[in-house]
Amino acid sequence: MLSRRRCFAAAASRIRPLARAFCGAPASGAPRSQDHSHTKKVAGVKAPPDVLDVAIVGGGMVGLAVACALSNMPLTKHLKTAIIDSNPALKSRGYLDKNSTPDSRVSTVTPATISFFRDIGAWEHVQQQRHAFFGKMQVWDYTGLGYTRYNARDVGKKYLGCVVENKVLCNSLLLRLKEELDDIENVIYPTRLVSLTFPLKSRQAGMKPASSEPLSIGHTTEELHCSNLVKLDLSDGRMLYSKLVIGADGSKSNVRQIASIKTTGWNYPQSAIICTVEHVVENDCAWQRFLPSGPIALLPIGNNFSNIVWTMSPEESLRHKSMSPEEFVKSVNHALDFGYGPHPRSTALDHYMEQFFSGIGNTATSTKECFEVPPKATGVVSERMAFPLSLMHSHDYVSKRLALVGDAAHTVHPLAGQGVNLGFGDAAALAKVIAEGVSVGSDVGDLTLLQRYEKDRKAANVAMTAVLDGFQKMYSVDFGPLNIVRAAAFHGAQYISPLKKSIISYAMGDKKWPLFP
Amino acid sequence: MLRRALLSSASPLHGRARIPRPSHSPIQALLPQWSRYASVASSSVPPQPPPPPPPSPPRGPSRSGDGGPTVSSLNPAEVAKFASIAETWWDSSGPFKPLHVMNPTRLSFIRSTLCRHFRRDPNSSKPLEGLKVIDVGCGGGILSEPLARMGATVTAIDAVDKNIKIASIHAASDPTTASIEYCCATAEELVKEKRLFDAVISLEVIEHVANPLEFCESLSALTVPNGATVVSTINRSMRAYATAIVAAEYILRWLPRGTHEWSKLVTPEELVLMLQKASVSVEEMVGFVYNPLSGEWSLSDDISVNYIAFGVKKSEASSTNGREASLS
Repeated sequence: MLSRRRCFAAAASRIRPLARAFCGAPASGAPRSQDHSHTKKVAGVKAPPDVLDVAIVGGGMVGLAVACALSNMPLTKHLKTAIIDSNPALKSRGYLDKNSTPDSRVSTVTPATISFFRDIGAWEHVQQQRHAFFGKMQVWDYTGLGYTRYNARDVGKKYLGCVVENKVLCNSLLLRLKEELDDIENVIYPTRLVSLTFPLKSRQAGMKPASSEPLSIGHTTEELHCSNLVKLDLSDGRMLYSKLVIGADGSKSNVRQIASIKTTGWNYPQSAIICTVEHVVENDCAWQRFLPSGPIALLPIGNNFSNIVWTMSPEESLRHKSMSPEEFVKSVNHALDFGYGPHPRSTALDHYMEQFFSGIGNTATSTKECFEVPPKATGVVSERMAFPLSLMHSHDYVSKRLALVGDAAHTVHPLAGQGVNLGFGDAAALAKVIAEGVSVGSDVGDLTLLQRYEKDRKAANVAMTAVLDGFQKMYSVDFGPLNIVRAAAFHGAQYISPLKKSIISYAMGDKKWPLFP
Repeated sequence: MLRRALLSSASPLHGRARIPRPSHSPIQALLPQWSRYASVASSSVPPQPPPPPPPSPPRGPSRSGDGGPTVSSLNPAEVAKFASIAETWWDSSGPFKPLHVMNPTRLSFIRSTLCRHFRRDPNSSKPLEGLKVIDVGCGGGILSEPLARMGATVTAIDAVDKNIKIASIHAASDPTTASIEYCCATAEELVKEKRLFDAVISLEVIEHVANPLEFCESLSALTVPNGATVVSTINRSMRAYATAIVAAEYILRWLPRGTHEWSKLVTPEELVLMLQKASVSVEEMVGFVYNPLSGEWSLSDDISVNYIAFGVKKSEASSTNGREASLS
């Protein structure tokens, strides 16, 4: 895997950390900000730029989760926080309609994520909107040689996960944030980041010229206080200073690029197509079938609707996107049933394995469950969207006064729906580290502090990235002996109960490491 | 703020400092800092002659009998070298890295003991609000700034002028820490000024002073009755010799050779007795242990190497007078 590593140099940064904020005028954004301060002067009062503790760039699911977690903990609720995002959805102040057609962008949230949402008080808002728990999962492959059924009862839980539309997750976090903050309008900056200016690494070097300059040229106390902070120029001409900038702006993170943090990764020769389909009956199980071109997943989203995440070659995805809805539904049903190969059947080998492994630990209840055929889709009810898949991992998650979370730090193959769960794990860990820092009086932008977040998350994220990449690679080859190995792995996962429980716990986010009990 | 800091660096007494500038160079709280720089100088320039002998300020005899400041035998060359490295105080990967790494652990002990003693809410973000705290031997302000962020009204002293300058400039860049009162002074000088504090904190200093008992007495004299005194240092044990001296100074090179002199280290029993004599009763003591795998320090019952003690100044009849003096 490492041999295929390719480094993408971060795109040229717009503004290098070039100067103390108040010393040289930064190249871009400066004219506007000058205009801005000018207008304020004309108005009579020169309002100082907003000075924040935490500036979150990106108000998506993970960025909002960080803000929500910070506003919920007694140690961090006093921190002055801002969310910078121009998405109009952040203006929403009410519940989303439960009876509308589900959006095609959904996330499978794990029990670990659900308990994080409960801790920060956002889960009750999710429960008021559309969500679908599932307690069963079936994974099989096209060769017909093996299948695995997982059941929440195997690990003594009521459910394995919950499928929630991304917009519902965002909205729930937003509503929770509104409950916690009286002035949410002042916290959300409906604008975009233009540039970031980091303080010079050696502050002393930065301070020396100031001491030789006459102090009468208008350096106010505020400006001096800002000399050690990150300066953010916004597209509406406003200027912010912050002790800590959190990059939650997705896989193409502007913050990451400006900070010149390098990444490792590659594009998969695959695209994913997502959409919402309708059934005659309600679906209560998550289904995933590995096809030669990649996995197809059918996830329940409630009200007889399911979500499709189908990985295939980019050409195929274009074809599937443009074909008629009837043809597409036919294609989906084909892919989830007899297409590409037969159904897996129980054989004498299975009985032997079951008997053999039942001696090891308690038999998982799902071991005796037979293969089932997923419910037929009767129609596609949303737009079909296709997007290319890639793996990306940032070399660093933190630098001085900067932390990256979620897709800005790592993107993984969506085959197990783990991406956003890793992001929420980042949000929870970062908020916890910030709270620990506040408790011992640390500067929230202190690198030593932020490195504890990086250490906590990097290993877990790399492990999950590697597991999912391994899956992708394993299924990208159709080769006889490998098919048998895969089938053996399926049989192992189906019949070896400790292994099965271990896999379930890892996928549910209860465990940090795969396989080790 | 910077203006103030810069001015005060030219004259450390400007504005807030009420302490007369020492006419001689007393050192009490200074040695850990300036001795540390020596190792850095020697490691960055390997072909140098062996590092200067460990700083060993004269013991008792050199002290004047009236309890006045110690007349020190500072080596001017060492002070000059220290000045060159003082700027790295705030480089968390620089020569003071061990202190930066250890700092959160020390602070969590201070936070929890002070919260309990002064009945503060441990979940508050500023639990020390309204408490007057002094950091004796503040160095670059690594401890003083977090104390200020926890809400304390902080006075910080160090005998090295350069440290005070660095600390003031650094603190000036954050409004919450800009209020720290930095003075180039010794504990004895503040005692003469009759300054009083709710909490007196002196970390990793006592093993470097000429007369630990007198130092404890000075710390006690700065503490209001029923106030808190916190002292941390290194035990004089075989394990401390192996880890704090052989490993940290000779093998890992975290600290300059000669930073710690075996015979000057103080055992917990000695510290408790000295503080007792100075009418501070030690109520809590914990050790710091370093986990080489995680690279982190944690609090532990094991006080065989690094340890920290929390004591309470005995209340006397004059406690109300003391309070008034502290407010004056």
